[in-house]
Amino acid sequence: MRSLAEFFDMGGYAAFVWPSYVITFGVIALNVYWARRALERARVAARRRLASQGEAR
Amino acid sequence: MTWTWFHRLASPPHIYGLAGRLTPWFAWPAALLIIAGLWGGLVLAPPDYQQGDGFRIIYVHAPSAWMSLMVYTTMAVAAAVGLIWRMKVAHAVAASCAPIGASFTVAALVTGSLWGQPMWGTYWQWDPRLTSELILLFLYLGYMGLRAGFDDVQRADRASAVLAIVGVVNVPIIHYSVTWWNSLHQAPSVMQLGKPKMPLSMLTPLLIMLLGFTLLFVALLLVRLRAEVLNRERAANWIREAVSA
Repeated sequence: MRSLAEFFDMGGYAAFVWPSYVITFGVIALNVYWARRALERARVAARRRLASQGEAR
Repeated sequence: MTWTWFHRLASPPHIYGLAGRLTPWFAWPAALLIIAGLWGGLVLAPPDYQQGDGFRIIYVHAPSAWMSLMVYTTMAVAAAVGLIWRMKVAHAVAASCAPIGASFTVAALVTGSLWGQPMWGTYWQWDPRLTSELILLFLYLGYMGLRAGFDDVQRADRASAVLAIVGVVNVPIIHYSVTWWNSLHQAPSVMQLGKPKMPLSMLTPLLIMLLGFTLLFVALLLVRLRAEVLNRERAANWIREAVSA
């Protein structure tokens, strides 16, 4: 088993390996956030539409 | 033959409910697989005999690139179904795909660039594989820009569907670019049936990651599809029940 320092050094490729992982997991996190926000906004907009229809009647 | 099951499947209330029920069945396995793949790729897999630990970028680069192509293909097929059978839900699927695909295309390009610098000595080269992947990003952005240009959803659906379908020719070009032309990019190492080029200790985490990303795409698509379906419905009674909870 490698030491923790060796693991983080990635055989000298740390400057390329870790940013790759950070960017990819950043994209995953953003996608989860964006998708949930889109659904929440759609729900809010739908409630607002229903409320304004209720007033019109 | 009766088509009622098909119409029921394609009806907005049914899709909205079904997508909601299915989401956790894709999201949680996706999370577990990606964590397992991360452990396998960063800790368990041995260093490459040529690239040392630098090769570990493959575990995020290849799944991102796979996503960029798979999502585009899904988008184009959904757009074609929507155009041919005038199916609104299919157009909603296509529209939901674009931001997911575009973001993973960016991830594929950036991680590829970070891999290229130590291995090829350059962050960017106007190489067939790299250039065709960049064109894919522009296709996604063009698709989203075109949709945003219409106020009327149905006109946006039709116009953007044509772009999505025409752009799908780029998908095989990207895949075969490394075989057709001289490319800096290495040849496929997974999509080679019969003679895998990687030892199992390296290949297994990659396959786990590819499956995890695919399930993640389905989960993201289901959530976005529900939002699209809600936004497209006007004054339908089922919405009252759907949003009251």
